[in-house]
Amino acid sequence: MDKHRRTFLKRAAGGAAAAVASSGAGAFPRREELPLPPNAIGMLYDSTMCIGCRACVDACKEANDMPVEQPAKFSDWNQDTWDTAEDLSGRTLNVIQVYADGTKEHKDEVENGYAFVKRHCLHCVDPSCVSVCPVSAMIKDPDTGVVTHDRDACIGCRYCVYGCPFGVPQYEFHDPFGQITKCQFCIHLQKEGRLPACCDVCPTGASLFGLVEELQKEAEQRLAAKPGEPYVFPRGKLGDDKYPPHEAPLPEYEPYVYGVTESGGTQVRYLTGVPHEKLGLPEVQAASFASIAEGMQHTLYKGMIAPLALLAGLMYFAKRSTRQDSDDED
Amino acid sequence: MAHASHSPLGGKLLTKPFLVLLIFALIGGFFIARRFIFGLGDVTHMSGGYPWGIWIAVDVIIGTALGCGGFAMALLVYIFNRGVYHPLMRPALLGGLFGYTLAGLAVVIDLGRYWQTYNLLLPWFAQPNSVMFEVALCVMAYIAVLWIEFSPAFLERFGLTAVRDKLKKYMFVFIALGVLLPTMHQSSLGSLLLVMGSQLSPLWYTIWLPLLFLVTALAMGYGVVILEATVVTNAFALPSEQRILGRLSPLVAWLLGGFLVLRFLDIAYRGHTGLMFAGDLNGFMFWLENLMFLGATVILGLRSTRTNQRLMFLASILLLLAGSLYRLDAYLVAYNPGNGWTYFPSVPELMVTIGVISLEILLYLVFIKKLPVLHGVRPVQSH
Ligand code: SF4
Ligand code: SF4
Ligand code: SF4
Repeated sequence: MDKHRRTFLKRAAGGAAAAVASSGAGAFPRREELPLPPNAIGMLYDSTMCIGCRACVDACKEANDMPVEQPAKFSDWNQDTWDTAEDLSGRTLNVIQVYADGTKEHKDEVENGYAFVKRHCLHCVDPSCVSVCPVSAMIKDPDTGVVTHDRDACIGCRYCVYGCPFGVPQYEFHDPFGQITKCQFCIHLQKEGRLPACCDVCPTGASLFGLVEELQKEAEQRLAAKPGEPYVFPRGKLGDDKYPPHEAPLPEYEPYVYGVTESGGTQVRYLTGVPHEKLGLPEVQAASFASIAEGMQHTLYKGMIAPLALLAGLMYFAKRSTRQDSDDED
Repeated sequence: MAHASHSPLGGKLLTKPFLVLLIFALIGGFFIARRFIFGLGDVTHMSGGYPWGIWIAVDVIIGTALGCGGFAMALLVYIFNRGVYHPLMRPALLGGLFGYTLAGLAVVIDLGRYWQTYNLLLPWFAQPNSVMFEVALCVMAYIAVLWIEFSPAFLERFGLTAVRDKLKKYMFVFIALGVLLPTMHQSSLGSLLLVMGSQLSPLWYTIWLPLLFLVTALAMGYGVVILEATVVTNAFALPSEQRILGRLSPLVAWLLGGFLVLRFLDIAYRGHTGLMFAGDLNGFMFWLENLMFLGATVILGLRSTRTNQRLMFLASILLLLAGSLYRLDAYLVAYNPGNGWTYFPSVPELMVTIGVISLEILLYLVFIKKLPVLHGVRPVQSH
């Protein structure tokens, strides 16, 4: 091996090693996390207020023109009345799921208890689905923070389905021309000045619409007050009087607002009476996964300088080698 | 002819293995047709929890690594200027050609909205932060580069030596791209998983994923070259390439050794050693992978292996199994979306994968018989 080649290869290997070493040794350069958008709207779902009526599931179907799902196993008590979807799917953007233990006597208790949870897009502050999508089909509104999907851009790679830490986006596997479906916060209704269908229909205010910062204050206020004391629960939209509030004794909450830190934070937040893992809300680290993956990409491909320099070097040596052996064979 | 060193193997095309492979390819084709008529759900067990199945994990993630022979050898032959390995170059390129081209085909079958694939090339849709975006463009470009790199074989076959000589002047550009592009996208196949976070077991999830994927791609590339050389020279009674392979094997042993050291140190450093001994499926798979890697490393490192075809063959099989398993685990087995989702491929889904692999081997056979690919073939009079 000639001297030039050796120095180049040494440098290339050294550069690569340095890039990876700097990233591995704790000092890994994450991309800066996105902040909460200026007019971030969101939802506070209070699991203890939820009575499991699934009115929101039905309303969501209607608002988004999705087919009603009634699994056969519930057919003896549910004949063409209510949507009883069990999980998110290409046909269901919003679902109420149940935690149940033992005799299922007490609401919001871990032992012999039961509790409800509502699942749909959390409209992450730094969403994985937006970060992973190769064709910008997932977009986060810079003002309201709502994450929407553009099916005309989407190529159906399903990386967003794979990568969402909360298992939200779904693909219509049973349609030859299937598309990705996910809750888009009813922006079509919001444009007409209406509330997201699920918050509009919720009879107890368990699904409460509003500005994220105000919802967060509301959540903290509920956590700070004494369990058992009477509390006035708003309904529909926080700070709006379309629906009268109702009074009820404050339940015993888990002292944690889910969604403040999870993967960089989310605009939908949860108050629960049982630990969130029991409800299928996964334990997720605070650093957003998007900032980790993009940090690595940006380190390796900063301005494409490293790849281009590498290419130049590779061309130089390839040229030398091919010239050398063009005498014998290709 | 001045280029007698590469020549077509000749011989009958319609052999028994050919027909068997053809049948599998046709069965695969049948289910591919169903996929397009009735949707992905009709043939696969993919779901909201496991939106990627074996078509991605095996055909693409493993398939392209098995197609890294061309990449691995080009690095050695042209960049490190090790001319002795030159005879292995063309068959390696051919393997890469099919590995990648058919991985591309698998992607199109798998894409849920394949009729919009061209959006990847429209600048106003581009999303350069997406690892998938980089992988997609890089792989497309590399498939083109592979065909160009391999084209001298066609040009020679059809007597277009003038064109070939012209192309040869610029070949260095494609050779360089042929090393750069796989370096980029093979490491990115690791980066694709960085966004998985807690959905992937810490035994696999690490910030080193890009490097680990790059190293396994190179190692598997050499593994394929060794396997190809031993199988083809034996099957067609060609002069053995043992001498060259003997020089290659310690190199691969070093590469694998590095991989193992990095992997174990990293897990220990992150404090997840306990998971190796958790006694669950992940733990089992972890050891299975690494023991096979270790086996390949030890055998390839042995001095006596260098002159022993059988050991060499065994080592390359171990290496390819280990590398494939590593990728399968990272993408499917050790991935857990929670909420009770499970996945096991359906029979039609498997048949598509088997069909694609059969087609790959089938085309390989046709090409080495009809085109000047192999080295040291005695001139065949009639073909
Ligand atoms: S919950 Fe999932 S789909 Fe919704 S914004 Fe976050 S990453 Fe995207
Ligand atoms: S499936 Fe569609 S929206 Fe999701 S990442 Fe792929 S292209 Fe983007
Ligand atoms: S905001 Fe709209 S789309 Fe989202 S869950 Fe509620 S009703 Fe469904």
